[in-house]
Amino acid sequence: MNLALADIRHKLGRFLLTCLGLGLLMGVALSMVGIYQGVVTEALALSRSLAADLWVVESGTRGPFAESSRLPGDVREMVARLPGVAAAGSITLRTAEAHAPQGIIRVQVMGYEPGRPGGPLAIDEGRGLGGARRELVADSRARLPPGATILLGGDRYRVVGTTRGLVSSGGDPLVFVHLHDSQDLQFKLAPPTARRALAAGGGAGSTDTVNAVIARLHPGADPALVAETVRRWKHLAALTDAEQSDLLTRSVINRARVQLGMFTVVLLFVSAVIIALIIYTMTMDKLREIATLKLIGAPDRMIIGLVLQQALLLGGVGYIAAVGWVFAVRDVFPRTVALGVAEVAVMAGVIGVICLLASLLSIRAALRIEPQAALGG
Amino acid sequence: MALVPVRAEGLGKTFGRGETAVQALSDVHLVVAAGEVVGLRGPSGSGKSTLLNLIACIQEPTAGRLLLDDEVVWDGRYRITDLRRLRRERIGFIFQFHNLLPFLNAVDNVALAMTLAGTAPADARLRARELLDELQVGRRALAMPSRLSGGEAQRVAIARALANRPRIILADEPTAALDSERARVVLDLLRQVAQVQQAAVLVVTHDEKIFDRFDRLVALRDGRIE
Repeated sequence: MNLALADIRHKLGRFLLTCLGLGLLMGVALSMVGIYQGVVTEALALSRSLAADLWVVESGTRGPFAESSRLPGDVREMVARLPGVAAAGSITLRTAEAHAPQGIIRVQVMGYEPGRPGGPLAIDEGRGLGGARRELVADSRARLPPGATILLGGDRYRVVGTTRGLVSSGGDPLVFVHLHDSQDLQFKLAPPTARRALAAGGGAGSTDTVNAVIARLHPGADPALVAETVRRWKHLAALTDAEQSDLLTRSVINRARVQLGMFTVVLLFVSAVIIALIIYTMTMDKLREIATLKLIGAPDRMIIGLVLQQALLLGGVGYIAAVGWVFAVRDVFPRTVALGVAEVAVMAGVIGVICLLASLLSIRAALRIEPQAALGG
Repeated sequence: MALVPVRAEGLGKTFGRGETAVQALSDVHLVVAAGEVVGLRGPSGSGKSTLLNLIACIQEPTAGRLLLDDEVVWDGRYRITDLRRLRRERIGFIFQFHNLLPFLNAVDNVALAMTLAGTAPADARLRARELLDELQVGRRALAMPSRLSGGEAQRVAIARALANRPRIILADEPTAALDSERARVVLDLLRQVAQVQQAAVLVVTHDEKIFDRFDRLVALRDGRIE
């Protein structure tokens, strides 16, 4: 007969309620792991979706995600002519607020030239941008269905298609517009004095500026070599895709990542303390029973098994509850909760280790209970 | 010649050291023969429970000699290394408040003691049923302890104590929670077991109503036998 299971069956309601409470706590920790992973996934989503081999940006900057970068529009042709480059496309990026049917939404506007690198690789619903102006492809996170219209920089844009999972490193949904539209938008959203100076023919100069040029290389071409060639132009800098990804995770989202990581560690520590206290209380509730078991000759391994099995069952059932509720509500979170089999499995291992460690204190206490505690009133 | 289940020779127990030392038991000589039911009485703090603990090998004496079945168990140090095994194979315990495991039903409470001693679970359950029948609580075999009356619970506890056919039965106030009629029934049961199994039964009690049920009454005062 299994004493751990028998004891749980005896107090099933209490055990399940404890598991449920613990599941809520574990779920918060699991969500944090998912949000942490989500921040990384979101940061890399755009860079991966563009499938760029090379990012050409303004010299002395690490743009367009880490720093502001401005390039003349004709840089694209220069890059496109480089040996090893299969295709090149100009892009612009800026954050803006748009008037959507559901209210004001914050979006990351990306301008590109249809037919050239810079657009979304896959369209989830509707179609990609065509030749017409004032069209827009929005990520599903913006909740703009095809056919909807929004007001952006004073102009009305029509949604023609949607993408999935394309957000900025800050979590804002991406909307893709024609490069010329985005350049207009850059001008319209610029400070009034800059706009006046530009309209008067002075100030910042032409509106034909972009934030970066992305290039796809021929198979077999070495991105590092092409980047080196680009850097010979003193006004340009180049990043390979690997460098861009590294920059995104180590620089752009590093602080958020570390913050979330530390908070996750604190949560796991709090969970460990609470699990240890629950297991300790459960063990102390059975003080007399454990003393009786010892008195009638139960070996230590049976006492250890009783505590350990209950600790693992508590952790296991609590964790199943945690996975259940987190997966049920993760789409409600404003930012991506990226949880896959790996994250769930690793977290299960962590919870298992926490339960094992947490039960050590209780096992020690149980083994120190004297059999004579069973005697007397 | 029959083995003597319990023999204490000059047994003593001192708690603490130096000025704070407390002499709980001193120079106790006690023999409980096979088939004998002995009552141990005395006021609170007289050392009854301590003597029971020493005989049960759950507290270590500080003086004298303890022999169980004529085998020296303690004579300045324990001569037997596995005391839990000794307890589960040779000693049956009956407590004041039955101490049944609340998460096991009656039959499993009894069977557990047997499985601890190495009996196969199926055989243990079978024998547990028989024991409960013998003690007239067989119909309550599947009841949880919380559903048993005081008398029924104490009978189940007795069945558990008898499960491994122990040579020594130690009972600590087994009738304290029972009315006088049930208390007498319990004592008669213990007497029957003592005779059938040739076991030594030592009962700590304050209960004057059952004094006449013992073969012999031993009185303790200030840690010494009067």
